[in-house]
Amino acid sequence: MARAEAPPHLGVIGLGMAGPTIIAHGTDAHKAEHLDKILSTEEIWCQGFSEPDAGSDLAAVRTSAELKGDVFVVNGQKVWSSFAHIADWCILVTRSDPASEKHAGLTYLMVDMHAPGVEVRPLRQITGEAEFNEIFFTDVAVPVANALGEIGGGWAVAMTTLLHERGTLGFALTAGLEMQIGKVIALAKELGATEVQRDRIAYEWIGLQGLRYMNYRSLTKLMQTGVPGPEGSGAKLWWSEANQRVTKLALELLGPNAQLWGDGSDRDGYWQHQQLRSRGNTIEAGTSEILRNIIAERVLGLPRGR
Amino acid sequence: MEFAFTQEQEELRREARAFLDANPDAPLSALRDLGWLGVSVAEDKGGGGMSFIEEAILFEEAGRSLYAGPFLTTAVVLPALPEVGEESWSLEVGGLVPYLGTVDRVLRENMTSVAAAGEDLSTMDETRPLGRLGDVAQSQALEGDAAAVRRRLLVALALEAVGVAQRALELSIAYVGERQQFGKPIGVYQAVSHPLADTYVETELARSLAYWAAWCIAEDDPQAGVAAASAKAFCAETAVAACERAIQVHGGVGFTWEHALHRYYKRAQWIDAFAGFAAEQRALVAASLLD
Repeated sequence: MARAEAPPHLGVIGLGMAGPTIIAHGTDAHKAEHLDKILSTEEIWCQGFSEPDAGSDLAAVRTSAELKGDVFVVNGQKVWSSFAHIADWCILVTRSDPASEKHAGLTYLMVDMHAPGVEVRPLRQITGEAEFNEIFFTDVAVPVANALGEIGGGWAVAMTTLLHERGTLGFALTAGLEMQIGKVIALAKELGATEVQRDRIAYEWIGLQGLRYMNYRSLTKLMQTGVPGPEGSGAKLWWSEANQRVTKLALELLGPNAQLWGDGSDRDGYWQHQQLRSRGNTIEAGTSEILRNIIAERVLGLPRGR
Repeated sequence: MEFAFTQEQEELRREARAFLDANPDAPLSALRDLGWLGVSVAEDKGGGGMSFIEEAILFEEAGRSLYAGPFLTTAVVLPALPEVGEESWSLEVGGLVPYLGTVDRVLRENMTSVAAAGEDLSTMDETRPLGRLGDVAQSQALEGDAAAVRRRLLVALALEAVGVAQRALELSIAYVGERQQFGKPIGVYQAVSHPLADTYVETELARSLAYWAAWCIAEDDPQAGVAAASAKAFCAETAVAACERAIQVHGGVGFTWEHALHRYYKRAQWIDAFAGFAAEQRALVAASLLD
Protein backbone atom coordinates (compact mmCIF):
# COMPACT_ATOMS: atom_id res chain seq x y z
CA MET A 1 0.00 0.00 0.00
CA ALA A 2 2.85 2.35 0.83
CA ARG A 3 4.30 1.57 -2.59
CA ALA A 4 1.05 2.70 -4.20
CA GLU A 5 1.34 5.92 -2.18
CA ALA A 6 -1.73 5.10 -0.13
CA PRO A 7 -1.84 7.22 3.02
CA PRO A 8 -1.15 5.33 6.24
CA HIS A 9 -4.35 3.38 6.70
CA LEU A 10 -6.60 4.10 9.66
CA GLY A 11 -6.31 0.56 10.93
CA VAL A 12 -2.54 0.64 11.27
CA ILE A 13 -2.43 0.79 15.09
CA GLY A 14 -5.18 -1.82 15.43
CA LEU A 15 -3.75 -4.23 12.88
CA GLY A 16 -0.07 -3.79 13.60
CA MET A 17 -0.09 -3.26 17.35
CA ALA A 18 -3.37 -3.70 19.27
CA GLY A 19 -4.42 -6.85 17.37
CA PRO A 20 -1.19 -8.81 17.88
CA THR A 21 -1.12 -7.77 21.55
CA ILE A 22 -4.72 -8.95 22.08
CA ILE A 23 -3.83 -12.23 20.37
CA ALA A 24 -0.84 -12.67 22.70
CA HIS A 25 -2.34 -11.50 26.01
CA GLY A 26 -6.13 -11.19 25.61
CA THR A 27 -8.89 -13.42 26.96
CA ASP A 28 -11.24 -15.25 24.61
CA ALA A 29 -13.79 -12.51 25.32
CA HIS A 30 -11.27 -9.81 24.28
CA LYS A 31 -10.51 -11.64 21.07
CA ALA A 32 -14.18 -12.17 20.24
CA GLU A 33 -15.00 -8.55 20.92
CA HIS A 34 -12.16 -6.88 19.02
CA LEU A 35 -10.26 -8.96 16.48
CA ASP A 36 -12.90 -9.08 13.75
CA LYS A 37 -13.61 -5.38 14.15
CA ILE A 38 -9.91 -4.56 13.95
CA LEU A 39 -9.58 -6.56 10.75
CA SER A 40 -12.59 -4.84 9.20
CA THR A 41 -11.41 -1.43 10.54
CA GLU A 42 -14.85 -1.05 12.11
CA GLU A 43 -12.79 -0.20 15.18
CA ILE A 44 -10.05 2.39 14.81
CA TRP A 45 -7.36 2.21 17.48
CA CYS A 46 -4.82 4.64 18.84
CA GLN A 47 -1.85 4.21 21.16
CA GLY A 48 -1.47 5.85 24.58
CA PHE A 49 2.10 5.13 25.62
CA SER A 50 4.25 8.28 25.62
CA GLU A 51 3.70 11.06 28.16
CA PRO A 52 5.29 14.50 28.49
CA ASP A 53 7.71 13.06 31.08
CA ALA A 54 7.85 9.50 29.74
CA GLY A 55 9.24 9.30 26.22
CA SER A 56 12.08 6.88 25.68
CA ASP A 57 11.81 6.03 29.38
CA LEU A 58 8.39 4.46 29.00
CA ALA A 59 8.59 2.92 32.47
CA ALA A 60 8.27 6.45 33.89
CA VAL A 61 4.56 6.70 32.92
CA ARG A 62 2.41 8.48 35.50
CA THR A 63 -1.10 8.25 34.03
CA SER A 64 -2.87 6.65 36.97
CA ALA A 65 -5.45 3.88 37.05
CA GLU A 66 -7.00 3.63 40.47
CA LEU A 67 -8.97 0.47 41.17
CA LYS A 68 -12.42 1.29 42.58
CA GLY A 69 -14.76 -1.68 42.65
CA ASP A 70 -14.95 -3.13 39.16
CA VAL A 71 -13.49 -0.13 37.35
CA PHE A 72 -10.15 1.60 37.01
CA VAL A 73 -10.46 5.39 37.33
CA VAL A 74 -7.94 6.81 34.85
CA ASN A 75 -6.32 10.25 35.11
CA GLY A 76 -3.39 11.63 33.12
CA GLN A 77 -2.03 12.84 29.80
CA LYS A 78 -0.64 10.99 26.76
CA VAL A 79 1.17 12.51 23.76
CA TRP A 80 2.16 11.65 20.16
CA SER A 81 -0.98 9.66 19.57
CA SER A 82 -1.84 9.22 15.87
CA PHE A 83 -5.49 8.82 14.93
CA ALA A 84 -6.63 9.62 18.51
CA HIS A 85 -9.08 12.22 17.16
CA ILE A 86 -10.97 9.54 15.26
CA ALA A 87 -10.15 6.46 17.33
CA ASP A 88 -12.74 4.25 19.03
CA TRP A 89 -10.26 2.51 21.31
CA CYS A 90 -6.91 3.22 22.89
CA ILE A 91 -4.22 0.84 24.10
CA LEU A 92 -3.15 2.61 27.26
CA VAL A 93 -0.22 2.03 29.59
CA THR A 94 -1.12 3.18 33.12
CA ARG A 95 0.33 3.06 36.62
CA SER A 96 -2.18 1.11 38.68
CA ASP A 97 -0.03 0.95 41.82
CA PRO A 98 0.80 4.53 42.90
CA ALA A 99 3.56 3.28 45.21
CA SER A 100 5.31 1.42 42.38
CA GLU A 101 8.28 2.54 40.34
CA LYS A 102 9.63 1.80 36.90
CA HIS A 103 8.50 -1.46 35.24
CA ALA A 104 6.45 -2.78 38.18
CA GLY A 105 2.90 -1.68 38.97
CA LEU A 106 1.89 -0.89 35.38
CA THR A 107 -1.39 -2.07 33.90
CA TYR A 108 -2.22 -2.22 30.21
CA LEU A 109 -5.82 -1.14 29.49
CA MET A 110 -8.07 -1.01 26.47
CA VAL A 111 -9.96 2.26 26.81
CA ASP A 112 -13.12 3.31 25.00
CA MET A 113 -12.25 6.69 23.44
CA HIS A 114 -15.92 7.68 23.50
CA ALA A 115 -16.09 7.37 27.31
CA PRO A 116 -16.80 10.50 29.37
CA GLY A 117 -13.62 12.27 30.50
CA VAL A 118 -11.55 11.53 27.36
CA GLU A 119 -10.43 14.70 25.57
CA VAL A 120 -8.28 14.81 22.42
CA ARG A 121 -6.33 17.89 21.31
CA PRO A 122 -4.33 18.08 18.08
CA LEU A 123 -0.58 18.62 18.41
CA ARG A 124 0.88 20.88 15.74
CA GLN A 125 4.29 19.74 14.56
CA ILE A 126 7.34 21.00 12.65
CA THR A 127 5.55 20.73 9.29
CA GLY A 128 2.67 22.90 10.50
CA GLU A 129 0.20 20.02 10.38
CA ALA A 130 -1.39 18.19 13.27
CA GLU A 131 -0.79 14.53 12.58
CA PHE A 132 -0.62 13.55 16.24
CA ASN A 133 -2.68 14.35 19.29
CA GLU A 134 -2.54 14.77 23.00
CA ILE A 135 -5.08 12.78 24.99
CA PHE A 136 -6.30 13.95 28.39
CA PHE A 137 -8.00 11.48 30.74
CA THR A 138 -10.07 12.94 33.58
CA ASP A 139 -11.74 10.41 35.91
CA VAL A 140 -12.37 8.03 33.01
CA ALA A 141 -14.01 4.82 34.23
CA VAL A 142 -12.51 1.72 32.55
CA PRO A 143 -13.96 -1.71 33.39
CA VAL A 144 -11.44 -4.01 35.08
CA ALA A 145 -12.30 -6.56 32.42
CA ASN A 146 -10.57 -4.27 29.90
CA ALA A 147 -7.12 -4.98 31.34
CA LEU A 148 -4.89 -6.90 28.95
CA GLY A 149 -2.67 -9.32 30.82
CA GLU A 150 -2.15 -9.21 34.58
CA ILE A 151 -2.96 -6.18 36.70
CA GLY A 152 0.49 -4.84 37.51
CA GLY A 153 1.95 -6.83 34.61
CA GLY A 154 1.51 -4.15 31.94
CA TRP A 155 5.20 -3.80 31.08
CA ALA A 156 5.42 -7.24 29.45
CA VAL A 157 2.26 -6.51 27.44
CA ALA A 158 3.64 -3.15 26.28
CA MET A 159 6.83 -4.87 25.13
CA THR A 160 4.76 -7.23 22.97
CA THR A 161 3.15 -4.20 21.33
CA LEU A 162 6.49 -2.52 20.65
CA LEU A 163 8.05 -5.68 19.26
CA HIS A 164 5.21 -5.93 16.77
CA GLU A 165 5.34 -2.22 16.02
CA ARG A 166 8.97 -2.43 14.95
CA GLY A 167 8.96 -5.97 13.69
CA THR A 168 6.15 -5.67 11.21
CA LEU A 169 6.74 -2.02 10.40
CA GLY A 170 9.73 -2.96 8.25
CA PHE A 171 7.74 -3.85 5.15
CA ALA A 172 5.63 -0.69 5.09
CA LEU A 173 8.67 1.48 5.75
CA THR A 174 10.69 -0.20 3.02
CA ALA A 175 7.86 0.23 0.56
CA GLY A 176 7.66 3.89 1.55
CA LEU A 177 11.38 4.35 1.01
CA GLU A 178 11.18 2.59 -2.33
CA MET A 179 8.55 5.11 -3.40
CA GLN A 180 10.67 8.05 -2.21
CA ILE A 181 13.82 6.83 -3.94
CA GLY A 182 11.83 6.23 -7.11
CA LYS A 183 10.70 9.85 -6.99
CA VAL A 184 14.26 11.06 -6.37
CA ILE A 185 15.49 9.10 -9.39
CA ALA A 186 12.76 10.70 -11.50
CA LEU A 187 13.70 14.12 -10.12
CA ALA A 188 17.38 13.61 -10.94
CA LYS A 189 16.50 12.54 -14.48
CA GLU A 190 14.36 15.63 -14.91
CA LEU A 191 16.61 18.25 -13.28
CA GLY A 192 20.02 16.63 -13.63
CA ALA A 193 22.43 15.47 -10.92
CA THR A 194 26.12 16.03 -10.22
CA GLU A 195 28.54 13.11 -9.95
CA VAL A 196 28.38 13.39 -6.16
CA GLN A 197 24.58 13.37 -6.21
CA ARG A 198 24.58 10.37 -8.55
CA ASP A 199 26.83 8.55 -6.10
CA ARG A 200 24.44 9.31 -3.24
CA ILE A 201 21.41 8.17 -5.25
CA ALA A 202 23.16 4.87 -6.01
CA TYR A 203 24.13 4.53 -2.33
CA GLU A 204 20.52 4.94 -1.19
CA TRP A 205 19.19 2.59 -3.87
CA ILE A 206 21.70 -0.06 -2.79
CA GLY A 207 20.73 0.39 0.86
CA LEU A 208 17.09 -0.02 -0.14
CA GLN A 209 17.81 -3.35 -1.85
CA GLY A 210 19.61 -4.47 1.32
CA LEU A 211 16.58 -3.48 3.38
CA ARG A 212 14.21 -5.37 1.08
CA TYR A 213 16.13 -8.62 1.30
CA MET A 214 16.76 -8.15 5.02
CA ASN A 215 12.96 -7.96 5.41
CA TYR A 216 12.52 -11.17 3.45
CA ARG A 217 15.04 -12.83 5.73
CA SER A 218 13.24 -11.66 8.88
CA LEU A 219 9.84 -12.57 7.43
CA THR A 220 11.09 -16.10 6.78
CA LYS A 221 12.20 -16.21 10.42
CA LEU A 222 8.87 -14.76 11.61
CA MET A 223 7.01 -17.48 9.74
CA GLN A 224 9.19 -20.07 11.48
CA THR A 225 8.91 -18.66 15.02
CA GLY A 226 5.68 -16.60 15.03
CA VAL A 227 7.29 -13.67 16.87
CA PRO A 228 9.24 -10.83 15.29
CA GLY A 229 12.78 -10.69 16.66
CA PRO A 230 14.49 -7.59 18.00
CA GLU A 231 16.31 -7.48 14.64
CA GLY A 232 13.37 -5.41 13.36
CA SER A 233 14.94 -2.49 15.24
CA GLY A 234 17.76 -2.55 12.70
CA ALA A 235 15.42 -2.11 9.75
CA LYS A 236 13.68 0.81 11.43
CA LEU A 237 17.01 2.41 12.29
CA TRP A 238 18.33 2.21 8.72
CA TRP A 239 15.04 3.34 7.16
CA SER A 240 14.73 6.41 9.38
CA GLU A 241 18.22 7.68 8.64
CA ALA A 242 17.95 6.80 4.95
CA ASN A 243 14.66 8.67 4.64
CA GLN A 244 16.28 11.72 6.19
CA ARG A 245 19.19 11.57 3.74
CA VAL A 246 16.94 10.93 0.75
CA THR A 247 14.59 13.83 1.44
CA LYS A 248 17.51 16.21 1.92
CA LEU A 249 19.04 14.97 -1.32
CA ALA A 250 15.75 15.75 -3.08
CA LEU A 251 15.86 19.33 -1.77
CA GLU A 252 19.41 19.63 -3.03
CA LEU A 253 18.31 18.46 -6.48
CA LEU A 254 15.64 21.20 -6.45
CA GLY A 255 18.34 23.82 -5.92
CA PRO A 256 17.55 27.18 -4.29
CA ASN A 257 13.86 26.67 -5.14
CA ALA A 258 13.90 24.18 -2.30
CA GLN A 259 13.16 27.06 0.07
CA LEU A 260 9.80 27.82 -1.59
CA TRP A 261 6.87 26.39 0.36
CA GLY A 262 3.37 25.17 -0.30
CA ASP A 263 1.04 25.31 -3.31
CA GLY A 264 2.71 26.64 -6.43
CA SER A 265 6.21 25.69 -5.29
CA ASP A 266 7.90 22.75 -6.96
CA ARG A 267 5.58 19.70 -6.71
CA ASP A 268 3.46 21.82 -4.32
CA GLY A 269 6.10 21.59 -1.64
CA TYR A 270 6.12 17.79 -1.50
CA TRP A 271 9.84 17.44 -0.73
CA GLN A 272 9.95 20.40 1.64
CA HIS A 273 7.20 18.76 3.66
CA GLN A 274 8.78 15.32 3.44
CA GLN A 275 12.15 16.62 4.58
CA LEU A 276 10.76 18.33 7.68
CA ARG A 277 8.56 15.33 8.48
CA SER A 278 11.56 12.99 8.20
CA ARG A 279 13.13 14.52 11.31
CA GLY A 280 10.45 12.67 13.27
CA ASN A 281 11.52 9.35 11.79
CA THR A 282 14.45 8.92 14.17
CA ILE A 283 12.23 9.82 17.15
CA GLU A 284 8.90 8.01 16.60
CA ALA A 285 8.49 4.28 17.29
CA GLY A 286 11.66 4.20 19.35
CA THR A 287 14.36 6.85 19.05
CA SER A 288 17.52 5.82 17.25
CA GLU A 289 19.30 5.91 20.60
CA ILE A 290 16.84 3.45 22.14
CA LEU A 291 17.01 1.21 19.06
CA ARG A 292 20.81 1.11 19.27
CA ASN A 293 20.48 0.16 22.94
CA ILE A 294 18.07 -2.64 22.03
CA ILE A 295 20.42 -3.96 19.35
CA ALA A 296 23.44 -3.71 21.65
CA GLU A 297 21.77 -5.44 24.58
CA ARG A 298 19.27 -7.84 23.05
CA VAL A 299 20.84 -8.76 19.72
CA LEU A 300 24.56 -8.46 20.38
CA GLY A 301 24.32 -9.41 24.07
CA LEU A 302 26.46 -6.53 25.32
CA PRO A 303 26.33 -5.80 29.05
CA ARG A 304 23.33 -3.70 30.09
CA GLY A 305 23.97 -0.06 30.86
CA ARG A 306 20.82 0.61 32.88
CA MET B 1 9.07 -16.00 -0.65
CA GLU B 2 11.47 -18.15 1.37
CA PHE B 3 14.70 -16.27 1.80
CA ALA B 4 16.70 -18.64 3.96
CA PHE B 5 19.26 -21.37 3.50
CA THR B 6 18.22 -25.02 3.39
CA GLN B 7 19.27 -27.44 6.12
CA GLU B 8 21.87 -28.92 3.77
CA GLN B 9 23.31 -25.48 3.11
CA GLU B 10 23.46 -24.71 6.83
CA GLU B 11 25.22 -28.02 7.33
CA LEU B 12 27.77 -27.06 4.65
CA ARG B 13 28.38 -23.79 6.50
CA ARG B 14 28.96 -25.61 9.81
CA GLU B 15 31.38 -28.02 8.15
CA ALA B 16 33.25 -25.22 6.40
CA ARG B 17 33.55 -23.16 9.57
CA ALA B 18 34.74 -26.12 11.63
CA PHE B 19 37.33 -27.08 9.01
CA LEU B 20 38.69 -23.56 8.53
CA ASP B 21 38.80 -22.87 12.28
CA ALA B 22 40.85 -26.03 12.75
CA ASN B 23 42.96 -25.64 9.59
CA PRO B 24 43.36 -21.94 8.79
CA ASP B 25 46.51 -22.64 6.74
CA ALA B 26 45.19 -25.65 4.82
CA PRO B 27 46.64 -25.89 1.30
CA LEU B 28 44.31 -25.45 -1.65
CA SER B 29 44.61 -29.19 -2.34
CA ALA B 30 42.90 -29.88 1.00
CA LEU B 31 39.97 -27.69 -0.05
CA ARG B 32 39.89 -29.50 -3.38
CA ASP B 33 39.69 -32.81 -1.51
CA LEU B 34 36.68 -31.47 0.39
CA GLY B 35 34.99 -30.78 -2.95
CA TRP B 36 35.07 -26.99 -2.51
CA LEU B 37 36.47 -26.23 -5.97
CA GLY B 38 34.03 -26.04 -8.84
CA VAL B 39 31.03 -26.42 -6.53
CA SER B 40 28.71 -24.66 -8.99
CA VAL B 41 30.14 -26.35 -12.11
CA ALA B 42 28.09 -29.16 -13.68
CA GLU B 43 29.12 -32.69 -12.71
CA ASP B 44 29.82 -33.72 -16.33
CA LYS B 45 32.44 -30.93 -16.41
CA GLY B 46 34.08 -32.24 -13.27
CA GLY B 47 32.31 -29.92 -10.86
CA GLY B 48 30.15 -30.37 -7.79
CA GLY B 49 26.83 -29.95 -9.60
CA MET B 50 25.50 -27.55 -6.98
CA SER B 51 24.67 -23.87 -7.30
CA PHE B 52 26.42 -20.57 -6.68
CA ILE B 53 24.51 -20.38 -3.38
CA GLU B 54 26.57 -23.25 -1.95
CA GLU B 55 29.71 -21.61 -3.31
CA ALA B 56 28.59 -18.35 -1.69
CA ILE B 57 28.60 -19.98 1.74
CA LEU B 58 32.20 -21.08 1.20
CA PHE B 59 33.32 -17.59 0.12
CA GLU B 60 31.76 -16.09 3.22
CA GLU B 61 33.37 -18.64 5.52
CA ALA B 62 36.75 -18.25 3.79
CA GLY B 63 36.53 -14.51 4.44
CA ARG B 64 35.58 -15.06 8.07
CA SER B 65 38.70 -17.18 8.61
CA LEU B 66 40.92 -14.97 6.39
CA TYR B 67 41.83 -18.05 4.36
CA ALA B 68 45.15 -17.23 2.72
CA GLY B 69 45.24 -19.58 -0.30
CA PRO B 70 43.98 -18.94 -3.86
CA PHE B 71 40.55 -20.43 -3.18
CA LEU B 72 38.46 -17.43 -4.22
CA THR B 73 40.33 -16.81 -7.47
CA THR B 74 40.31 -20.48 -8.50
CA ALA B 75 36.62 -20.91 -7.66
CA VAL B 76 35.68 -17.76 -9.58
CA VAL B 77 37.55 -18.86 -12.73
CA LEU B 78 36.57 -22.55 -12.84
CA PRO B 79 33.05 -22.10 -14.30
CA ALA B 80 34.66 -20.32 -17.31
CA LEU B 81 36.83 -23.34 -18.17
CA PRO B 82 35.86 -26.27 -20.40
CA GLU B 83 36.25 -28.50 -17.36
CA VAL B 84 37.48 -28.50 -13.80
CA GLY B 85 41.07 -29.68 -13.68
CA GLU B 86 43.79 -29.91 -11.06
CA GLU B 87 45.31 -26.48 -11.71
CA SER B 88 44.99 -23.53 -9.39
CA TRP B 89 43.90 -20.24 -10.95
CA SER B 90 43.96 -16.53 -10.56
CA LEU B 91 42.68 -13.69 -12.69
CA GLU B 92 44.16 -10.41 -13.83
CA VAL B 93 42.12 -7.30 -13.06
CA GLY B 94 43.48 -3.85 -13.87
CA GLY B 95 46.97 -5.27 -14.35
CA LEU B 96 47.10 -6.96 -10.94
CA VAL B 97 47.03 -10.70 -10.29
CA PRO B 98 46.31 -12.04 -6.77
CA TYR B 99 48.50 -14.98 -5.73
CA LEU B 100 50.56 -14.76 -8.95
CA GLY B 101 53.46 -16.54 -7.28
CA THR B 102 51.25 -19.36 -6.00
CA VAL B 103 48.86 -20.31 -8.80
CA ASP B 104 49.39 -22.32 -11.98
CA ARG B 105 47.45 -20.25 -14.49
CA VAL B 106 45.94 -16.79 -14.89
CA LEU B 107 42.77 -15.73 -16.70
CA ARG B 108 43.15 -12.34 -18.37
CA GLU B 109 40.35 -9.82 -18.96
CA ASN B 110 40.31 -10.59 -22.70
CA MET B 111 39.42 -14.19 -21.82
CA THR B 112 42.76 -15.70 -22.67
CA SER B 113 44.69 -17.74 -20.17
CA VAL B 114 48.42 -17.81 -19.55
CA ALA B 115 50.86 -19.66 -17.30
CA ALA B 116 51.47 -17.71 -14.10
CA ALA B 117 54.80 -15.92 -14.41
CA GLY B 118 55.92 -12.44 -13.52
CA GLU B 119 56.78 -10.11 -10.73
CA ASP B 120 55.41 -10.52 -7.19
CA LEU B 121 54.73 -7.28 -5.35
CA SER B 122 54.44 -6.72 -1.63
CA THR B 123 50.97 -5.84 -0.42
CA MET B 124 49.39 -4.27 2.65
CA ASP B 125 47.44 -7.49 3.17
CA GLU B 126 50.24 -10.02 3.50
CA THR B 127 47.76 -12.88 3.26
CA ARG B 128 46.72 -11.91 -0.25
CA PRO B 129 49.71 -11.02 -2.43
CA LEU B 130 49.43 -9.32 -5.80
CA GLY B 131 51.69 -9.62 -8.84
CA ARG B 132 52.10 -8.33 -12.37
CA LEU B 133 52.33 -10.69 -15.30
CA GLY B 134 55.67 -10.69 -17.14
CA ASP B 135 56.18 -11.34 -20.84
CA VAL B 136 53.53 -13.81 -21.81
CA ALA B 137 54.82 -16.62 -23.97
CA GLN B 138 51.72 -18.51 -24.98
CA SER B 139 48.13 -17.60 -24.36
CA GLN B 140 45.11 -19.78 -24.78
CA ALA B 141 41.68 -18.42 -25.74
CA LEU B 142 38.64 -19.39 -23.69
CA GLU B 143 34.97 -19.53 -24.67
CA GLY B 144 33.64 -18.17 -21.37
CA ASP B 145 31.85 -14.89 -20.76
CA ALA B 146 34.14 -12.17 -19.30
CA ALA B 147 31.20 -10.28 -17.78
CA ALA B 148 30.07 -13.42 -15.97
CA VAL B 149 33.55 -13.94 -14.53
CA ARG B 150 33.60 -10.36 -13.29
CA ARG B 151 30.16 -10.72 -11.69
CA ARG B 152 31.24 -13.86 -9.86
CA LEU B 153 34.41 -12.09 -8.71
CA LEU B 154 32.51 -9.09 -7.35
CA VAL B 155 29.99 -11.25 -5.49
CA ALA B 156 32.68 -13.58 -4.13
CA LEU B 157 34.54 -10.54 -2.78
CA ALA B 158 31.30 -9.17 -1.33
CA LEU B 159 30.67 -12.46 0.45
CA GLU B 160 34.22 -12.54 1.81
CA ALA B 161 33.67 -9.00 3.07
CA VAL B 162 30.55 -10.14 4.95
CA GLY B 163 32.63 -12.83 6.64
CA VAL B 164 35.30 -10.26 7.56
CA ALA B 165 32.71 -7.80 8.94
CA GLN B 166 31.00 -10.52 10.96
CA ARG B 167 34.28 -11.64 12.50
CA ALA B 168 35.31 -8.06 13.35
CA LEU B 169 31.94 -7.61 15.07
CA GLU B 170 32.30 -10.87 17.02
CA LEU B 171 35.79 -9.94 18.20
CA SER B 172 34.47 -6.52 19.28
CA ILE B 173 31.51 -7.97 21.18
CA ALA B 174 33.77 -10.36 23.08
CA TYR B 175 36.29 -7.65 23.92
CA VAL B 176 33.90 -4.92 25.14
CA GLY B 177 32.14 -7.47 27.36
CA GLU B 178 35.43 -8.34 29.09
CA ARG B 179 37.52 -5.20 29.11
CA GLN B 180 36.90 -3.20 32.29
CA GLN B 181 37.47 0.54 32.70
CA PHE B 182 36.03 2.81 35.39
CA GLY B 183 34.88 -0.37 37.12
CA LYS B 184 32.58 -1.58 34.37
CA PRO B 185 32.83 -3.56 31.15
CA ILE B 186 33.24 -0.90 28.46
CA GLY B 187 30.31 -2.36 26.49
CA VAL B 188 27.90 -0.63 28.91
CA TYR B 189 29.00 2.77 27.56
CA GLN B 190 26.88 3.89 24.66
CA ALA B 191 29.83 5.61 23.00
CA VAL B 192 31.20 2.08 22.66
CA SER B 193 28.04 0.04 22.11
CA HIS B 194 26.29 2.26 19.56
CA PRO B 195 29.00 2.05 16.89
CA LEU B 196 28.80 -1.74 17.24
CA ALA B 197 25.02 -1.57 16.79
CA ASP B 198 25.70 0.30 13.54
CA THR B 199 28.14 -2.40 12.47
CA TYR B 200 25.44 -4.98 13.16
CA VAL B 201 22.83 -3.18 11.04
CA GLU B 202 25.26 -2.59 8.17
CA THR B 203 26.49 -6.18 8.30
CA GLU B 204 22.94 -7.54 8.10
CA LEU B 205 22.20 -5.26 5.13
CA ALA B 206 25.49 -6.29 3.53
CA ARG B 207 24.69 -9.96 4.07
CA SER B 208 21.25 -9.48 2.52
CA LEU B 209 22.77 -7.76 -0.52
CA ALA B 210 25.45 -10.43 -0.92
CA TYR B 211 22.92 -13.27 -0.74
CA TRP B 212 20.64 -11.45 -3.18
CA ALA B 213 23.53 -11.00 -5.61
CA ALA B 214 24.54 -14.66 -5.18
CA TRP B 215 20.97 -15.69 -5.89
CA CYS B 216 20.94 -13.50 -9.03
CA ILE B 217 24.07 -15.29 -10.26
CA ALA B 218 22.71 -18.73 -9.43
CA GLU B 219 19.48 -17.94 -11.29
CA ASP B 220 21.18 -16.06 -14.14
CA ASP B 221 18.91 -13.13 -13.27
CA PRO B 222 19.06 -10.08 -15.57
CA GLN B 223 19.75 -7.92 -12.48
CA ALA B 224 22.93 -9.88 -11.71
CA GLY B 225 25.29 -7.13 -12.95
CA VAL B 226 23.71 -4.36 -10.89
CA ALA B 227 23.32 -6.69 -7.90
CA ALA B 228 27.00 -7.68 -8.06
CA ALA B 229 28.19 -4.05 -8.20
CA SER B 230 25.76 -3.10 -5.39
CA ALA B 231 26.88 -5.94 -3.15
CA LYS B 232 30.59 -5.31 -3.78
CA ALA B 233 30.22 -1.61 -2.97
CA PHE B 234 28.17 -1.99 0.19
CA CYS B 235 29.84 -5.11 1.61
CA ALA B 236 33.39 -3.83 1.13
CA GLU B 237 32.62 -0.51 2.82
CA THR B 238 30.79 -2.34 5.59
CA ALA B 239 33.79 -4.57 6.23
CA VAL B 240 36.20 -1.62 6.29
CA ALA B 241 33.96 0.32 8.70
CA ALA B 242 33.40 -2.78 10.87
CA CYS B 243 37.17 -3.23 11.23
CA GLU B 244 37.75 0.46 11.92
CA ARG B 245 35.14 0.46 14.68
CA ALA B 246 36.57 -2.81 16.00
CA ILE B 247 40.06 -1.29 16.20
CA GLN B 248 38.65 1.78 17.95
CA VAL B 249 36.70 -0.14 20.62
CA HIS B 250 39.73 -2.37 21.24
CA GLY B 251 41.75 0.72 22.12
CA GLY B 252 45.54 0.37 22.17
CA VAL B 253 45.61 -3.38 21.75
CA GLY B 254 43.59 -3.15 18.53
CA PHE B 255 46.38 -1.08 17.04
CA THR B 256 49.09 -3.65 17.67
CA TRP B 257 50.66 -6.07 15.23
CA GLU B 258 50.11 -9.01 17.59
CA HIS B 259 46.33 -8.62 17.55
CA ALA B 260 44.45 -10.24 14.66
CA LEU B 261 42.40 -7.15 13.85
CA HIS B 262 44.91 -5.51 11.52
CA ARG B 263 44.80 -8.58 9.29
CA TYR B 264 41.02 -8.31 9.00
CA TYR B 265 41.30 -4.60 8.35
CA LYS B 266 43.87 -5.08 5.61
CA ARG B 267 41.79 -7.80 3.97
CA ALA B 268 38.73 -5.53 4.06
CA GLN B 269 40.70 -2.78 2.35
CA TRP B 270 42.09 -5.24 -0.18
CA ILE B 271 38.55 -6.31 -1.04
CA ASP B 272 37.39 -2.70 -1.40
CA ALA B 273 40.29 -1.81 -3.69
CA PHE B 274 40.36 -4.86 -5.98
CA ALA B 275 38.22 -4.62 -9.13
CA GLY B 276 37.17 -1.09 -8.17
CA PHE B 277 36.46 0.81 -4.96
CA ALA B 278 32.86 1.26 -3.82
CA ALA B 279 32.39 4.61 -5.56
CA GLU B 280 33.38 3.01 -8.87
CA GLN B 281 30.76 0.28 -8.37
CA ARG B 282 28.15 2.88 -7.43
CA ALA B 283 28.89 4.80 -10.64
CA LEU B 284 27.76 1.68 -12.54
CA VAL B 285 24.64 1.40 -10.40
CA ALA B 286 23.88 5.11 -10.92
CA ALA B 287 24.25 4.70 -14.67
CA SER B 288 21.74 1.85 -14.65
CA LEU B 289 19.28 3.93 -12.62
CA LEU B 290 19.68 7.33 -14.26
CA ASP B 291 20.97 7.01 -17.83
